[in-house]
Amino acid sequence: MVNIVPEITRKSITELIKKGERADGRSPNDYRDISLEVGVIEKAEGSARVKMGNTQIMIGIKPQIGEPFADTPNVGVLMTNSELLPMASPTFEPGPPDERSVELARVVDRCLREGEVIDLEKLCIIEGEKVWMIFLDLHVLDYDGNLMDAAVLGSVAALLNTKIPVAKVEEDNVVIDEENSVELPIKEKPLMCTFAKIGGELVIDPSLDEENIMDARISIGMREDGSLCAMQKGGEMPLTNEEIKEAINITSQKTKELREHLK
Amino acid sequence: MIFVEDKNLVVPGDVLADDEYHTGRGTFRDGNKICSSLVGLVAVRDKKISVIPLQSKYIPKRGDVVIGEITDIRFSMWNLDINSPYSGFLPASDVFGKEKRDLNKAFDVGDVLFLRVVDVDEVKKVKLGLKGRGLGKFRGGILIYITPTKVPRLIGKKGSMINMIKDETKCDIIVGQNGVVWVKGEPEMERVAEKVINMIEDQAHTSGLTDRVRNMLYELLGKEIEEEKEDVEEEVPEPDIEE
Amino acid sequence: MKIEAGVLERADGSAYLEIGGNKVLAAVYGPRELHVRRIMRPDMAVIRCRYNMAPFSVGDRKRPGPDRRSVEISKITADALRPAVFLEKFPRSTIDIFIEILEAEGGTRCAGITAASVALADAGIPMRDLVVSCAAGKANGNVVLDLSENEDKEGEADLPVAIMPRSGEITLLQMDGHLTSEEFDKALNLAVEGCKKINEAQKEAIKNRYGEENG
Repeated sequence: MVNIVPEITRKSITELIKKGERADGRSPNDYRDISLEVGVIEKAEGSARVKMGNTQIMIGIKPQIGEPFADTPNVGVLMTNSELLPMASPTFEPGPPDERSVELARVVDRCLREGEVIDLEKLCIIEGEKVWMIFLDLHVLDYDGNLMDAAVLGSVAALLNTKIPVAKVEEDNVVIDEENSVELPIKEKPLMCTFAKIGGELVIDPSLDEENIMDARISIGMREDGSLCAMQKGGEMPLTNEEIKEAINITSQKTKELREHLK
Repeated sequence: MIFVEDKNLVVPGDVLADDEYHTGRGTFRDGNKICSSLVGLVAVRDKKISVIPLQSKYIPKRGDVVIGEITDIRFSMWNLDINSPYSGFLPASDVFGKEKRDLNKAFDVGDVLFLRVVDVDEVKKVKLGLKGRGLGKFRGGILIYITPTKVPRLIGKKGSMINMIKDETKCDIIVGQNGVVWVKGEPEMERVAEKVINMIEDQAHTSGLTDRVRNMLYELLGKEIEEEKEDVEEEVPEPDIEE
Repeated sequence: MKIEAGVLERADGSAYLEIGGNKVLAAVYGPRELHVRRIMRPDMAVIRCRYNMAPFSVGDRKRPGPDRRSVEISKITADALRPAVFLEKFPRSTIDIFIEILEAEGGTRCAGITAASVALADAGIPMRDLVVSCAAGKANGNVVLDLSENEDKEGEADLPVAIMPRSGEITLLQMDGHLTSEEFDKALNLAVEGCKKINEAQKEAIKNRYGEENG
């Protein structure tokens, strides 16, 4: 379904942003209300439900024992998948993941992987043969703009919430102790901030209306020490060097605020 | 015999009355019983029982005035989204008469218009028109979307509610029967009107709303609002729609 | 059991249901324009349903995407709800129902139908009655109501049923297993009684969305 934004709406949002205001009353650097609940799905070894404004994502973590990648035989595997459920938006169709869904999963995956959330080396059971594979499934339930930041925040929360069964090696066999579980070995807590460029200005955490009229978008993944672990530009128009630098600066401060939600 | 009271909240399948009564909007006859087909409030007038829905899509009706957005331009017409399962078309002849002209010179995709529903056929193809006072293209302003069944509540008895909002915010406000509202004024006032309209939509089914709207305007505008000289009746105006 | 109506912002109607270990989210879009001309009907709306299980909803992760079981359940769910909806009021349109199983513990198809019914009402779609569903079965030689996942695996029969409670008309009936005629009668009655109780919870959930009854 094509979503054509009325010219009136495009103009009114843009004019407000040029004056430093936003349609929902926020400032350019304000996030919407955020809520984060963990352990919501008992059958999942880790889970979280994140809400950013009306955007809502359910994240589930399921570990499985499998083979490591050939080039990294002593390291566990993170697999990220995303479903843009048709119930989340009239623009999401049922079927295999489309380009938006695939982009979301891959950006989140890169942010978590390069952000070193999981200490993957600790997930090795038998080098070259058996490692823990952590499946992270993003289930988008309601879409009101800015899936990336919500997805990363929810994913980190879900991983922090995850307990995996103890795996022991007995005579070359892997024995899983269902009775005992340990926390997933967590190293870092990277988070992501997304900005939309509208009317020459950058606004953080774009709402759906803002996303529909934006010229460009930049998402920045950052670790606790302020180093960058992922970036993704979106949108049809270009960004300047200065704009990207500005986004990185603001991300530095905002990820600290977002991290508070993980406590 | 009637089994419910005026203004009761009912759900689909609820038995409302027996066949002493007539079916109105939102009800149907099942054997010798009258039942609700919707989630809504019971409205009893004489022996006619209706249910006013709390949630509903807009179904176009001849004579309605609606606000629509141009989504496509065809050979001799524009297609419009009128916030309904059914889209509408506006014939070029309505604007250009018999002359042939480039349609997008008049209206382009993304333009928002105030139109009249000229005709609706049996398969719900909707013909729109621009002939009439005040109809035409909107310039500037903002759009607010509310549930179509709440339009009468927003307008108020004899326009009392909407006029109160217009006067206090000094905005032009046009309410389409399809649940689309256009507001134009000072940007801060537009946002005040938007907040108030959203609150009315949220609480359309409750009583005491007029006072709360007045208080909200007072708070948001930071000033006294004159009490209406006449008492504004609290009754929910019944929409003038046939079953 | 917990039912909540109106839990999503974008969808026209929605409902969340928890029963046993099941967590189900149902959403409705419609009536809305149908672009697939092949299935469009000039005289009434069509109903399309998609039942889906989240990968993390079960013990062993389920690969995303529809499998044959989901396709069948999608069909019987649409069939169970269709008789209740006044489809003739909306020619040339579609009513799309999405059911997402967030956590599964036996009886998800019944939970899905029950939640979808609330979502349809929440969306303002006119219906003859709410549709409500639950399952009876036979486990350990006894006819019982609402089998859990384990009982279903080990049990002798599973009987999901959906009804329109006011008339008692049956819109879904499946049986898997082995029952005598008498056992079937007993199971069916149990299921219908169970449905009527759940119907009360559906009504309450819908009314709670709007607060106290208007005075």
